[in-house]
Amino acid sequence: MTTTTTPARPSKPLSTLLYRHRWMRLVGLLSLPLTWLIGLYIVSLALLLVTAFWYIDSFTSKVIPGFTLDNFALVFSEPAYITTSLRTLGVALAVTVLSAVFAVPLGIFMAKLASPWMRAVLAVAITLPLWAGYLVKILAMRITFTEEGFFNWLMAPFGITGPGFSIVTVVLTLTYLWFPYMALPVYTAIRQIPVNLFDASADLGAHGFTTIRTVVLPLLWPALIAGSVFTFSLSLGDYIVARFVGGANAQMIGSIIASNINLNPPVAAAFSVIPIAFVVIYLLVTRRTGALERM
Amino acid sequence: MRQKLMALSAITAVSALMLAGCAAPAANEGSGELVFDVPDVPMLEALGEGEGQVDIIAWSGFVEPAWSDTFTEETGCVVNRKVAGTSDEMVQLMRTGDYDLVSASGDASLRLIVGGDVAPINRDLLPNFGDDIVPGMQGQLYDTINGKVYGVPIGRGANILQYNTEVVTETPESWDIVWEADSPYAGQITAYDAPIYIADAAVYLMYHQPELGIQNPYALDETQLAAAVDLLKQQNAIVAEYWADPVAQITSFLGGTTVAGTSWEVLRKFTEDTEKFGGTLPVEGSTGWSDAWMISSKSDAPNCAYLWMDYTSAAEVNGAIAMNFGMAPANGAFCELSDEAAAHCEQFNALNEEYFENVWYWTTPIEQCIDGRTEVQCTSFQDWTNAWATIKG
Repeated sequence: MTTTTTPARPSKPLSTLLYRHRWMRLVGLLSLPLTWLIGLYIVSLALLLVTAFWYIDSFTSKVIPGFTLDNFALVFSEPAYITTSLRTLGVALAVTVLSAVFAVPLGIFMAKLASPWMRAVLAVAITLPLWAGYLVKILAMRITFTEEGFFNWLMAPFGITGPGFSIVTVVLTLTYLWFPYMALPVYTAIRQIPVNLFDASADLGAHGFTTIRTVVLPLLWPALIAGSVFTFSLSLGDYIVARFVGGANAQMIGSIIASNINLNPPVAAAFSVIPIAFVVIYLLVTRRTGALERM
Repeated sequence: MRQKLMALSAITAVSALMLAGCAAPAANEGSGELVFDVPDVPMLEALGEGEGQVDIIAWSGFVEPAWSDTFTEETGCVVNRKVAGTSDEMVQLMRTGDYDLVSASGDASLRLIVGGDVAPINRDLLPNFGDDIVPGMQGQLYDTINGKVYGVPIGRGANILQYNTEVVTETPESWDIVWEADSPYAGQITAYDAPIYIADAAVYLMYHQPELGIQNPYALDETQLAAAVDLLKQQNAIVAEYWADPVAQITSFLGGTTVAGTSWEVLRKFTEDTEKFGGTLPVEGSTGWSDAWMISSKSDAPNCAYLWMDYTSAAEVNGAIAMNFGMAPANGAFCELSDEAAAHCEQFNALNEEYFENVWYWTTPIEQCIDGRTEVQCTSFQDWTNAWATIKG
């Protein structure tokens, strides 16, 4: 009878320790992301929101701790501020819808119809705007839409003049900026739809549009929601676009926050509650659709 | 152009006289009897050894290696520059106490002084801050408070009316083309995008609606502010776009979106077509700006800071800054240094006090009426900021 001795394994004290203590594994796994999330993100945001209840020295603009609801009263009492909030909401929704309307057909074409070469070209074309600086893109749109700019020049033979600097141009520019954030999840989702579902749909007598409506869109829903969270919340917070291509009547919530952030931080903080509320409501609505769980 | 300028000077001189005749002592004549509650900050008594470096917050173009390197060679003080984008940003940065100097504009300086963020300046330690500094830039409300000097002048400029001569064929004599609803250029107007622009409406009202009793565009009671806001809302309907960014303003004029509106002499120069784009100071006068070095009350390098203020007050250096930025230099002696300098001074009206007589330099609107009224409370910059958002709402 022989006894076999297992070869001595190199001892791994750290692994053993982590294996024995479950809490240590958790701490090791979560400490870094949680420090980031709570320490840097939530705490700083909370500190900002707290100042919404503080006072300001009207002469020196120094912030004085205390408790007042005046800042919120200001935000909700002035008709111009309410108009601005609703305008911002409208812009964000329009950008989201427009991005989705562009993304779905493009995604279907890229994923199912285009040749591999064409697909690569389109993928580059979609992500190309991400390569350029944010301000560069806005200035490019600015030049396009000036009175003597490219758009008017191109459309002149048809007797069409462009929107100039207006709320329409703001929506177009924001769509241009955030479109990749919608297009990429939609394209990825469409790629994952098996081709035989299209075939099956066709075999059962469905036309192209019926297939898209009854097969593709339901499967796309989570991707569209994911993309819309980006386009919606990014548009809500923006103010540079309104400043450069908005013309005279395109003030957004971000514009008001920006003009107050140095001079009157409490009012800026009170204003920043509005986009937060919009995003929370939006997330709650989308959660009810069940789309977030499938993301 | 010379003739235009002469005519312009005559007009402004006459209107300045008219104003001076009927107006209460104007605030841009000096701080007068106004007394403010200012924290008592000691000033530097004697110059000592340089500390080796100095931290400066400045407008873009004010601190450049072309002259700061020479300064470092001469004094041993290394210059650390931080470029600020807005006056509000400058105020916030100065509050951190991390900086020694700031090139504050008038709309920031009063806040800095009253907030105790800057210290009084000992003029005896600044030999270059002397008689050559143009009279219009000394003893202003925004840098001289309760008899103490807080700022060393750098340069100034007026907010002019710029227009596209191909569309606006005659030199406008009044600001009315950018304010009145029936302007022939409705829809092609540009206006400055900041709460301080309310003062431009006030300047217009001072001339056209004297019954409002505005004596100083930065001292508006509630009724006067409401009138200015109404005028701005009327203007909003004819504005093509507001500008805060100089590049945006230039492209707006070049691209044809805008044919008339508020501008700076330097922006007109940047269009590189000063034939096509004219600039004028209309009969109502205008707002303007004036910058001055101010030293932090918490400065840990006061000696280097004083050396810098003195260095940049010298004719050559002050002129270099003024030419680089595009403004009228504070040191009038610069204008005699060369033909180029003289041409620059001519273009920016550096020595033309009559021109600047009718220019109301930006200053922070505060509750204490700076026109001397005590029976009413004036509106503060916070009120202006809130009002500004409602105009574009």
